[in-house]
Amino acid sequence: MSMIKYIIKRILIAIPVLIGVMLIIFLMLNVVPGDPITLMMKEHIKPELIERMRIQMGLDDPVMVRFINYMKGAVWGNFGVSYKLNRNVTDLIVNAFPHTVRLSIFAALIAWIIGIPSGIISAVKQNSFIDRFFMSFSLLGVSMPVFWAALMMQYIFAYKLRLLPVSGYETWRHLLMPAIVLGWGSAGTIARLTRSSLLEIMKNDFVRTARAKGLKERTVVVGHALKNALLPVVTMMAIQVASLLSGAVITESVFGIPGIGRLAVNAIQTRDMPLLQGTVVFTTILIIGGNLIADLLYSVIDPRIRVE
Amino acid sequence: MEDIKNINTLEELRKEYEDTEAEIADSDNIWDKVKNMIKSNKLAAVSLVVILLFCFCAIFAPFVAPHDPTLQNYDNVRAKPSSEYLLGTDELGRDVLSRIIYGSRISLVIGLVPTTISMVLGTILGLIAGFLGKKADFVIMRLADIMLAFPSLLLAMVVMYTLGATLVNIFIALSVVSWAGTARIVRSQTLSLKEKEFVEAARSIGVKDYVIMIRHILPNCLPSLIVLFTMEIPGSILSESSLSFLGIGAQPPASSWGLMVVNGKQWLFSEPWVAISPGVAILILVLAFNFLGDGLRDAIDPYMKE
Repeated sequence: MSMIKYIIKRILIAIPVLIGVMLIIFLMLNVVPGDPITLMMKEHIKPELIERMRIQMGLDDPVMVRFINYMKGAVWGNFGVSYKLNRNVTDLIVNAFPHTVRLSIFAALIAWIIGIPSGIISAVKQNSFIDRFFMSFSLLGVSMPVFWAALMMQYIFAYKLRLLPVSGYETWRHLLMPAIVLGWGSAGTIARLTRSSLLEIMKNDFVRTARAKGLKERTVVVGHALKNALLPVVTMMAIQVASLLSGAVITESVFGIPGIGRLAVNAIQTRDMPLLQGTVVFTTILIIGGNLIADLLYSVIDPRIRVE
Repeated sequence: MEDIKNINTLEELRKEYEDTEAEIADSDNIWDKVKNMIKSNKLAAVSLVVILLFCFCAIFAPFVAPHDPTLQNYDNVRAKPSSEYLLGTDELGRDVLSRIIYGSRISLVIGLVPTTISMVLGTILGLIAGFLGKKADFVIMRLADIMLAFPSLLLAMVVMYTLGATLVNIFIALSVVSWAGTARIVRSQTLSLKEKEFVEAARSIGVKDYVIMIRHILPNCLPSLIVLFTMEIPGSILSESSLSFLGIGAQPPASSWGLMVVNGKQWLFSEPWVAISPGVAILILVLAFNFLGDGLRDAIDPYMKE
């Protein structure tokens, strides 16, 4: 029972945040100087036509009315029509989304496969050379401009070694470089968290008891400590999936992957407000959803959270 | 709380208050801790030297740079690194090394200014939320929740789209994005600090709220704030380079390192040095701040230690 109550409470907290986020994006994008219709039509346009279109698009309504209309549409999955491409923003997002998802999942897998084992090894061999190596490597991942890392990988693996295609999105070989670039930072975060969490758990009495029983160190770490140490890591993983979705903005642009991120960048470059608004709102909803799932997941695996 | 009960006269209370004033003066020993860290933590010490070196280059750029960074030379376009041009020249024949040295000015300013603004803003809001509680707390923290829900790069993109790409707007965009994290940390520390005896003592002799916040709570948050400050700078520098990459960051003729990489991108496969070296500069500076931040956290911050 308390579980259901907790879930409902969490969802109720998320809703005002969601509305707040949409309001802020809406206000920021709708105070932009410059008339969208002139942007759409170039200069040869009759003033009467502009006036008619303004009314048709509801541009003369007060901002709050427009926001409520926008929210009404958004609830039914309608984010308006792109100024430049003259297509439904929702359609554009739905077409682009699978590319972003594929890239993010690939990147997340890389982050977990690299991050968790290197975190465990670092914790077990604390302060050794390999620990320092992994931790420096993970810091390297968050210290590089993403697009620069992408360019360097293109230069080394695509141009010098000719191992991988420079850009594109058809096969897994195309996705390997973007996924590594995107997942590197996450791998570092997960490695550091796994390490510190495992080190914390290893100080506990039950670990000492397990050792005192004469169990092998491997059994102590894998069988006893790890299960508990990975609790916060699982939460972090859910949060990271969401942040990967937004981190894809730069990666997609460099590697020419037609996902949500590229859509957002195109929208900025062509000053296509509804498209930019749609992509940002959509991504933010995903992130809020991701955080919500992370919270709930955590309360399932660690019931102490719910008591509070 | 226990101590308070033993105080009976106003005189004793005043004494307690003055004692805590002395205690606060004592807390200045974080500088001693920093000195110890520099002695014991080599990585952090080297990082500090690297950062100071970059600052030196930025301030004395005209004396350090071997060439004029804006001098174009069409006879020597995209030249290989040589003894004359240590890191080669770019598409307009300008010396890459000199441009990196001058570019450090913009990158450092972009690292420092928005971080300072967002820290000040976050600290003030965090103090108010934690100390006053109730409605102020609710409003500020819900606003912080909303800001933290945004993907920061996308939010910065929206701000730049709205305001236009200028240096001042970069400051605004990056400050707007990152005050909420600071506010949360300061708030949680304020919540625990305001239950302490010295705050109780100050309150009971009628010291004003804002004086308590500034004189008693703030100094105790300082170690965390110093660490946070060091750790936020890399984020600003990296965000600016991302914005530059998207064409909504620094604009020519001003030149940040991010912009230099973007310019060099076109010749990545034929003349890679144009794009590589400014990226390396970003990497070194950001790494130095990250290492220093790690070191400072271990040395001075009792709250954020893992």
